[in-house]
Amino acid sequence: MRSSDGSLIEVHLTVNGDAVRRAVPPERTLAELLREDLLLTGCKQGCDQGDCGACTVLVDGRAQLACLTLVVAIDGATIETVEGLQQRGRLHPLQAAFVAHGAAQCGFCTPGMLLSAVALLRASPRASRDEIRAGLAGNLCRCTGYVKIIDAVEAVARGDDEEPAP
Amino acid sequence: MAELQPAGPVGRPVPRVDGVAKVTGAAHYVDDLDLPGAWHGATVRSTVAHGVLDAVDLDPDYDWTDVVVVTAADIAAAGGRNVVTLIEEDQPALVPLGGRVMHVDEAIALVAAPTRARALEARRHVRPRISARPAVLDTDAALRAEVKLYGDDNVFKRFVIRKGHGDDAAFEDAMAGADRIIEGVYPTAAQEQMYIEPQGMAAHWEDGRCFLVGSMQCPYYVHKAMKALLGCDGDGVVVTQAVTGGGFGGKEEYPSMIAAHVALLARKAGRPVKLIYDRGEDIAATTKRHPCVTRHRLGLAADGAIVAIDADVVMDGGAYLTLSPVVLSRGVLHAAGPYRCPVVRIVGRVVATNHPPHGAFRGFGAPQTTFPYERQIDKAARLLGVDPLAYRQRLALRPGDTTATGQELTFSVGSEAVLEAIARAAGPRPARDAVSAGGAPVRRGRGVCFYFHGSGFTGAGEQRIAGRATVALTAAGDVEVRSSSTDIGQGAATIFAQIAGASLGLAPERVRVVDPSTDKVPDSGPTVASRTCMVVGGLVERAARALGTRIAAWAGEHGRGGAPFAEVAAAAAAALGEVAETVQYEPPPGIEWDDATYTGAAYPVFGWAACLVDVAIDLDTCEVTVERCVQAVDVGKAINPMIVKGQIEGGTLQALGWGLLENVLYQDGKVANASMTNCIVPTFADAPDLETVLVEVPYPYGPHGAKGVGEIPMDGPAAAAINAVVDALGVDFDVVPVLPETIAARRDAWDAARRKS
Ligand code: FES
Ligand code: FES
Repeated sequence: MRSSDGSLIEVHLTVNGDAVRRAVPPERTLAELLREDLLLTGCKQGCDQGDCGACTVLVDGRAQLACLTLVVAIDGATIETVEGLQQRGRLHPLQAAFVAHGAAQCGFCTPGMLLSAVALLRASPRASRDEIRAGLAGNLCRCTGYVKIIDAVEAVARGDDEEPAP
Repeated sequence: MAELQPAGPVGRPVPRVDGVAKVTGAAHYVDDLDLPGAWHGATVRSTVAHGVLDAVDLDPDYDWTDVVVVTAADIAAAGGRNVVTLIEEDQPALVPLGGRVMHVDEAIALVAAPTRARALEARRHVRPRISARPAVLDTDAALRAEVKLYGDDNVFKRFVIRKGHGDDAAFEDAMAGADRIIEGVYPTAAQEQMYIEPQGMAAHWEDGRCFLVGSMQCPYYVHKAMKALLGCDGDGVVVTQAVTGGGFGGKEEYPSMIAAHVALLARKAGRPVKLIYDRGEDIAATTKRHPCVTRHRLGLAADGAIVAIDADVVMDGGAYLTLSPVVLSRGVLHAAGPYRCPVVRIVGRVVATNHPPHGAFRGFGAPQTTFPYERQIDKAARLLGVDPLAYRQRLALRPGDTTATGQELTFSVGSEAVLEAIARAAGPRPARDAVSAGGAPVRRGRGVCFYFHGSGFTGAGEQRIAGRATVALTAAGDVEVRSSSTDIGQGAATIFAQIAGASLGLAPERVRVVDPSTDKVPDSGPTVASRTCMVVGGLVERAARALGTRIAAWAGEHGRGGAPFAEVAAAAAAALGEVAETVQYEPPPGIEWDDATYTGAAYPVFGWAACLVDVAIDLDTCEVTVERCVQAVDVGKAINPMIVKGQIEGGTLQALGWGLLENVLYQDGKVANASMTNCIVPTFADAPDLETVLVEVPYPYGPHGAKGVGEIPMDGPAAAAINAVVDALGVDFDVVPVLPETIAARRDAWDAARRKS
C-alpha cells in the first residue's frame, strides 16, 4: 500500500465512529492527522518521540502512541480519541472519576491517560492499584504525583461509581 | 447590610471548574488553537557557549520564497529595544551582529514558513558565524573571573545575613564556643521542570497592535517585556494566557523570550505565527533550577543545642541575570532552616557562567539550601546518638522565637504540629534487611526532614507589586473574578470561585473566573511564590465582600434589605449595569523589612512541613525504591483539600525525583541529555502511594486563614529520601541527586559499614 514515489496514499479509518477517508503522505503520523486534519486536538504532543504518552489513542482497541504511528500503516483501523469517550453527552465513567477525584491538574496528560485507562479496564475491569500502575506506566504526569489518577481509575475498577466500566 | 452566608464552599473538595473541559479534550492549549493562515516559527540557535556573532549567512542555494527571516536588526528598525526586560535588561531577544553569544542554544535568528516542516528545513539553511571564546562552565571558574561575563567579578548578586553578631571576627568567636562543629559541602544539581506541555506562543497583529496568546504563568511579565521590545505603550500589546499544561516556574520568565520571537515573526510575516517548542529544544534552551553548592558549618553545644550556623551558598545563574537575585534571596532566607539558633551567618552569591540561564522552579532556591541544613541536622542527631525526629522537635522554632533575619514568629506557626503529625504517622520501622523478588539483598532505611517556606514575595515585595483584583457583577447578572493569576493546573480558578462564592453566598459554579488577558484583568502580580491563594485569594475575598456590601446597600434602598445576594443580583444588575469592585494589596500590620541589612520580616508568614521517607535499596543494582513517603504540611487553611493534596502530592514526587532520579547533564555548556528518554522524571513505577497530612494553623490575614502551599512540598522530600539512604547504608551522601551510580561508586565504603553494623 506504500507508493514507491512518496506521493499521497489513500487510507480509510473510522474515527470516533465516523468514516474518514484521506490521502496522506507516507510520513504522516496519526497525531498529525488527528490534530491538523481532523482538529481532534485532544491528542496531545508532549515529546513527539514516544516518551510521554500524552498522544495515546486507541487503535483497534489498543492503546497506541499516535506520534509514532504512521497513518499508512493502520489503513482500515478504528480509532478512538478522548473526544469520542462521551456517550450521548454523558461523561464516560473514567472521565467522571477523573473530575471527581482531582486526577487532572494541568490536564495536558489527561486525554492520553484516560485512553490508556480505558484500554486497561477493558482488558482488566477489576484492576488493582499495582495493575493500574503497571498499565499506565507509559504515561507521564508531572503535576499530580499519580496518586489521584490511581484513585480515580481504582474507583471505576471497584465500581464505586454508579456506572460500571464499559 | 445583608447577612452574608457563612463560608459554604470553602474547605470542601469542590471539583475543579475546568475539570470537564480537561477530560473531554475541550480545553485548548496554545498548539490546539486553530489560527487560519498561521505560519510556523523556528529558532536559529548558537552552537557555542561563548563567542562573538560575526555574521548570519543565508544559504544562497536555498529557495527562500515563502520564508520570513528575522534578526536583531528588525527590532531596532521598528523602534524597539533588543532586550527581554525582567530585573535587568542584560539579555537580548536575539544576539545582534557583533554582539556576544553567551550560551549554547541562545537565539540568533528566527524563521517562519507556512508549515512547521518547512520552517525547520529553512532553519537549517541559516548559518550563524561565531568566533568562539573561552567559556566559563562552573561556578569556581566564574569566581576566578579570568573570563569576565558580568562586571568585574562575575557575581550577579551577593547577600549577607547576620544574626547575633557584628562582623566576621565576632561570628568566628561565637563559632569557636561550640563544643563541636559539623562541616559539609553540599552540591545540588540543576533540575528540568518537565511540564508535559512544551512551551509555545502565538501572535498576530491587527491595526498596529500585537496580540499574543500562549502557555505562561505571568501575562503581565510578558506585557512589560513586549512594551520595551516592540517600542509601544500598554495598549499596543495584549497578552492572553491559553490553557497551560503545567509550569512549576518554568513558564514564569521564559515565555517573554518566546513572545518576543513570535511577535517579531508575525509582524514581519504579516500574518499569525505559532512558535511551539519541541521537547528537545525546550529542555536545552529554557530555564532550569539553579545548580548550587552550599558549604555549611553547624556549631553545637555539648547538650546538642545549636550555637551557630554558617552557610555559604553559591548558585550558578547562567549567562544572564534573569531572576537569579530573587532565587538567591529565597535560598539564603531559608538556609538556616526552621531551627533555634542565636548566631547565624549566611553568605549567598549567584554567579554568571556560560550555561543557559537558570531560573524559577518550584521552591525557588529553597530546596537547594534545605537539603544542606537537613543533612547537617541529621549528622548532628547521629553524632549525639539521639532520634532524628525528636532532635528536630527539640530544636524547632516556636511562637516567640526569631528566624535568621530576626523575624519574630507570632502567628500561624505550625512547626510543632507538623512534627507531631509525622511522629504519629511514623509507625514501626520496616525490617532493616530483606531479599528482593529477584533474590538480591535489600537494605532499608528511614529518613526525616523538617522545613519551612515563606509565603508570598520576599520582604517588601508584595507592597511593591501592589497587586489588584476585581470582583464584578456584570450587566448580565453574572459574577466575575478578574485577576492576572493564571491557572497552570494548580487550581487557582477553582479556589477563586470558592473564595468569591463563599463571600457572596454563591455556589462556586455560579462564579466565573475570567481567563487572564491583559486587556481584561488588572495586574495581580505574577503567579509565583506561593502567593496566588494567600495574597491574590485575599484580594478576591475582599473584593467579593465589597461587592456584596454594595449590592446589599442597593437592596436595602429598594425595599429588599437582608435579601441574599443571589436573590437580588439580577435586579441590581438590571438597574445599575456592571458593578465592579477592585481592591489592592495591603500588608498585614507589623510587617517590617530592611533590604539594606537583610533583617526583619522576610515573609508575611511561613508554611511548615515535615516529611518521613522509607527506602529500600537493592544492594546489587543500587536502585532505591521509595516504599513510603508521608508529608505533613501546615497550609493555614485548605480552601479545597482535594486540590491542596494534589499540589502536595505533585510537589513531593518532583522532590523525590530531584533527590533520587533526575539529572540534567551539561557538556561544554550544552544540555547533553535533552530528551525525555535521557532526562528522566518519575513515572507511575517510581511513585509510592504518597501520604499527605494537612495541618491547619490559620494565617489571620489570609483568605479564611489560608497561606501558601505550592512550593513547600518541593523543599524537603529530597533531603528526607537521602537521609533515608544514609540511614540504610551507614555512609554519608551529601549530593543531589543520589543516583544508583552514586551509590555504586561508594560500594566499598557502605559494604564495610554494613559488615560492621
Ligand atoms: S507525544 Fe507521543 S509519546 Fe510523547
Ligand atoms: S495533570 Fe499536568 S501533566 Fe498530568
